[in-house]
Amino acid sequence: MAVEDSQPTRDRAGAPPAHGQRVAEDLLDTDEDPQQVDREVALQSLNQWQLAWRRFRKHRMAFVGLGILIFLVAVVIVVPIFQPFNFLNIPGSPRPGGEPPRLDRIFGTTYEGRDVFTLVANGGRVSLVVGLMSMVIAGSIGVVVGSIAGFMGGMIDNILMRIVDVFFAIPFLFVILVAARFFGRGDVLSLVLIIGLLSWPLIARLVRASFLSLREADFVDAARAVGVSNMRIAFRHILPNALSPVIVACTLLVANAIVLEAFVSFLGFGIRETEVSWGNALANAQEGIRFGNWWWAFFPGMAIALTVLSINFIGDGLRDALDPRSRD
Amino acid sequence: MTTTLERPSASPERPADLLLSVHDLRTYFHVMDGTVKAVDGVNFSIRRGETLGIVGESGCGKSVTALTIMRLLDMPPAEIPTGSILFEDRDLLTLPDNEMRKIRGNEIAMIFQEPMTSLNPVFTIGHQISEAVRQHLKVSKKEAVDRAIESLRLVGISFPERRVKQYPHEMSGGMRQRVMIAMALSCEPKLLIADEPTTALDVTIQAQILELIKRIQADTGTALMLITHDLGVVAEMVHDVVVMYAGRVVEEGTVDEVLLQPKHPYTEGLLSSIPSKGLRGSRLNVIKGTVPNPFNMPVGCNFQPRCPYAFEPCPEHDPRIEEGGGPPVACWLWKRAPGHDIPQGLHDAQVAAARQAAAAKAGGVSGAVPTELRGEEIAS
Repeated sequence: MAVEDSQPTRDRAGAPPAHGQRVAEDLLDTDEDPQQVDREVALQSLNQWQLAWRRFRKHRMAFVGLGILIFLVAVVIVVPIFQPFNFLNIPGSPRPGGEPPRLDRIFGTTYEGRDVFTLVANGGRVSLVVGLMSMVIAGSIGVVVGSIAGFMGGMIDNILMRIVDVFFAIPFLFVILVAARFFGRGDVLSLVLIIGLLSWPLIARLVRASFLSLREADFVDAARAVGVSNMRIAFRHILPNALSPVIVACTLLVANAIVLEAFVSFLGFGIRETEVSWGNALANAQEGIRFGNWWWAFFPGMAIALTVLSINFIGDGLRDALDPRSRD
Repeated sequence: MTTTLERPSASPERPADLLLSVHDLRTYFHVMDGTVKAVDGVNFSIRRGETLGIVGESGCGKSVTALTIMRLLDMPPAEIPTGSILFEDRDLLTLPDNEMRKIRGNEIAMIFQEPMTSLNPVFTIGHQISEAVRQHLKVSKKEAVDRAIESLRLVGISFPERRVKQYPHEMSGGMRQRVMIAMALSCEPKLLIADEPTTALDVTIQAQILELIKRIQADTGTALMLITHDLGVVAEMVHDVVVMYAGRVVEEGTVDEVLLQPKHPYTEGLLSSIPSKGLRGSRLNVIKGTVPNPFNMPVGCNFQPRCPYAFEPCPEHDPRIEEGGGPPVACWLWKRAPGHDIPQGLHDAQVAAARQAAAAKAGGVSGAVPTELRGEEIAS
């Protein structure tokens, strides 16, 4: 009891620490000064997300990662408005090596004379959209399938989990390549669908595992004992408790999808030539490298690495912040 | 005798008074190694406003009985082969799920053993109590919260208007148990089932919570089914007692009858194994042996392998409390076994001697047993 009550959440705003102890006394404390109690209680009203945010901020790498990601997203949203990528517009005269980075085109140009900064900014839109959207698809399917399997148990659980097993048994990359080759039309949407529809089983497994243990939790019995329906117990009582590992996994899924997009596009199965993504920018950059044009490959590559790294740090920070056992 | 079986059809004595009657209830669990008969033919009944204590050691089926009444067990692996649970005039075992859901929380509420884990950590307590209210009463969110505040005030939580906005982790165990009680009472149930409500709390809080339950019960007139292994709590709280052993009721009666003049050797053993401060330094009395393997129950009396008085009929014939008449104890020392007489003379003397020794050990003087319990068990 004392451990629970001595959380640091309370000693903000210079409240005398003795007050915290007084709250722990759940005697019939009717003779307390109302104003004093008012203040004490006000100090405690931090919910789980607020607590998580406090812990997240203490995780320095994650916080830096979040800053970098916000910056990247801002660049990727704003820059293309002024410097859109147009496949048909080839500025200047082509030169085998391209122009090296200069002050007015900080990332240099391609051999066609395209500005690499414009490529990176425009390509980032596609890459980030693919990452986010496929996470949303995989996350939603995974959460629904995992919840049903974990909550219902028995036959339904068995069937759903065998389907998941099948997904894990097939070689993921080849399926993506084949699917992209035959169903993909080289646009963002089909790539999002392919990646999203193939990566939900991981989330489903996580959600199911959480549900299996939470289903036996005392508060579930308690909710049932006051007459809450099964549907409501599954989605209103259990799901919020099962969410933290899912949020972490979804974050990492975004990074994974960005890498996958780059990989698939690099091999020529992803985003078509007339559009730009970090993956196909890298693929095209191969032509420049033997003429000493390193910047064409370097900057999209750096963009991928930086994005994935910051997302992974954010995932790490979230893991610590959302872990109910880390109470500091 | 309120706790002897009263069949719904054959209970002309107090039909209006009767709230819950459990008849020949059996709950079996089918698991990998076989079948566990967790509850094996249990009968008892509770009148409106009455307090019934169910006592027994761990694993004797107390909690399973409660969960069966609430229908909170997962139906495989659990099975209820026979029995009826009559609540007012409805048999809870045959009620459809949505009907049962209307009874849970509304007419029968339950308090659990573990206040630390029985509240959902992601919602405020106000949210959780008002959810319970809104499951059963057609009230607005605002009214439900008001009701939550009212019930928090009822359980002695100060400044409930602000506490409703707090999360469970901001509260101590005793406070959370108060919240659980508030939640259970928010719909004014007719029956409150308390499954070892104070086991997880420390002693000072225990006494407060018991006092609170007692006070609320007196105020609201709700019936209480108190499950405990603490005979001190029983002495303090209840009118009638049911003693369970290995899934069966072995003895029943008023609290004075059972605690002052225990008939069943098991009850006797339980009473004599309470440590006494009067006999410092002497060895604790224990019931020899262990609870029988649930997969392999003895054929006759369940308690026979551990019973100091066991005689010929015990391993063969299963004693049960008879419906209507006879002493309310499942023991061949007190009733005629088929082909045997109630042991007279030698056995009787043994029984008397052993009982006196047990009583002396427990309380110094046999008459003082419950008084001693009252003072000590609650404080230890």
